[in-house]
Amino acid sequence: MNAFTLLAQQPVIPDFGQGSRCETENHAFCWGWVTNHWSDTLQPALLQHIKLAVIAVAIGFVLSFASALIAYRYRRADQPIGLLSDFLYTIPSLALFQLLVPLTGLTVTTVEVALVSYTLLILYRNILEGLRAVPEDVREAARGMGLSRLQTLVRVELPLAVPSIMAGVRIATVSTISIATIAAFVIPEGLGRPIYIGITQDIFKTEIIAAGALAILLALAADGLLVLLGRALTPWRNV
Amino acid sequence: MIRVLADTFSWGTFPDAITFIVDHPGLLWHKSVQHMELSGAALGLALLLALPLGVVLGHVRRGSFVAISVSNVGRALPSLVLIAFALLVSQHFFVNNMAALIVLGVPPILTNAYFGVEGVDRNIVEAARGMGMSGRDILLRIELPLALPLIIAGIRIAAVFIIATATIAAIAGGGGLGDIIVNQATYGLSGVVGASLVVSALAFAVALILALVRKLLTGPYVSAS
Repeated sequence: MNAFTLLAQQPVIPDFGQGSRCETENHAFCWGWVTNHWSDTLQPALLQHIKLAVIAVAIGFVLSFASALIAYRYRRADQPIGLLSDFLYTIPSLALFQLLVPLTGLTVTTVEVALVSYTLLILYRNILEGLRAVPEDVREAARGMGLSRLQTLVRVELPLAVPSIMAGVRIATVSTISIATIAAFVIPEGLGRPIYIGITQDIFKTEIIAAGALAILLALAADGLLVLLGRALTPWRNV
Repeated sequence: MIRVLADTFSWGTFPDAITFIVDHPGLLWHKSVQHMELSGAALGLALLLALPLGVVLGHVRRGSFVAISVSNVGRALPSLVLIAFALLVSQHFFVNNMAALIVLGVPPILTNAYFGVEGVDRNIVEAARGMGMSGRDILLRIELPLALPLIIAGIRIAAVFIIATATIAAIAGGGGLGDIIVNQATYGLSGVVGASLVVSALAFAVALILALVRKLLTGPYVSAS
């Protein structure tokens, strides 16, 4: 689907005679519009947004986890990996999206590569810090009990690092949900789309407020869910 | 959103983008200055608001709830949403975008300043008090120097956020390099990519300057955190 068909499908400010008076006069907020366009505009945008963010955080987590394990084992790898993720983090989001367009086009791939890049710094740092914060005597005790290096990692070090890792996942998820709104500049997907259309076409207030509020609520809800997940993963902490 | 047909997606766009930069120094300079004026003013005001508050709260060791909440809520506010919401409040583009950028810049500065000062070793503070230093002296001569690495890290995050968001603000009349990036119909893909390179370079320059400032100010006695 290209931008044109999408624009044609999406009624922004309805023509006179169609929408309610509230909509045609562009009042502060029209509940009627939200209920009428939930299923054709807001809900699809919300679902696309969730999908963009989940994929980005999942891929970002796998990459960061692998890099953090490498840096934990080989200290020398830390600096280059840290510098690279720091470098990517510093590129302004809209610029990174546009710099990828010549390579991967106006596609979901472009968006995901950019979103993944922004998760790396926080996830990598938090996973590595979490592992490094495991006290040396705990590690030695595990060895003393006859656990192998891998067993120590899986049964002792990683569980102890969970709080730090989950803190990173929370920050990365919330930031990704934020940055995913910028995806609307390159693909017609996500909650940024109705906002983008709302700003660039006629500043239709209801659409901007509804989609913006959804984006904020989504970020807060995801944060809350991850707090609960973190507690579920560390039952020994909530006595 | 109309993509010019002549633009092809390939590595070849990057040399074209460099050519665009070389061919339009005046335009890019003008837009860069605009970009930095908006970003600099917003960062300055965010510092003025957030730094004293964070430092004082950290000094009295109260308000960790405020510091944590501000950073959590701040992260949940998408920059595009902030710009769009500001646009609904007034039609004055500069004020709108400035307000949105300040709101984005405050949380990292406030939170880092708070935790930087609050995190200073209690024993050091007690020792200073035992030596007869006043609260003000402790703040200025002990806590602030020790908190500097974190404070500057917060300023750096805020600066990078603000420069990035000032780019997006172009769709709400913000001016700056974003004007070229969101206007492919006029500048072509090479212009869009060229301006993206320039704005990235600006962000790196600012991040680098802040890293140097941190090195100069903290000297050898505070290890980087």
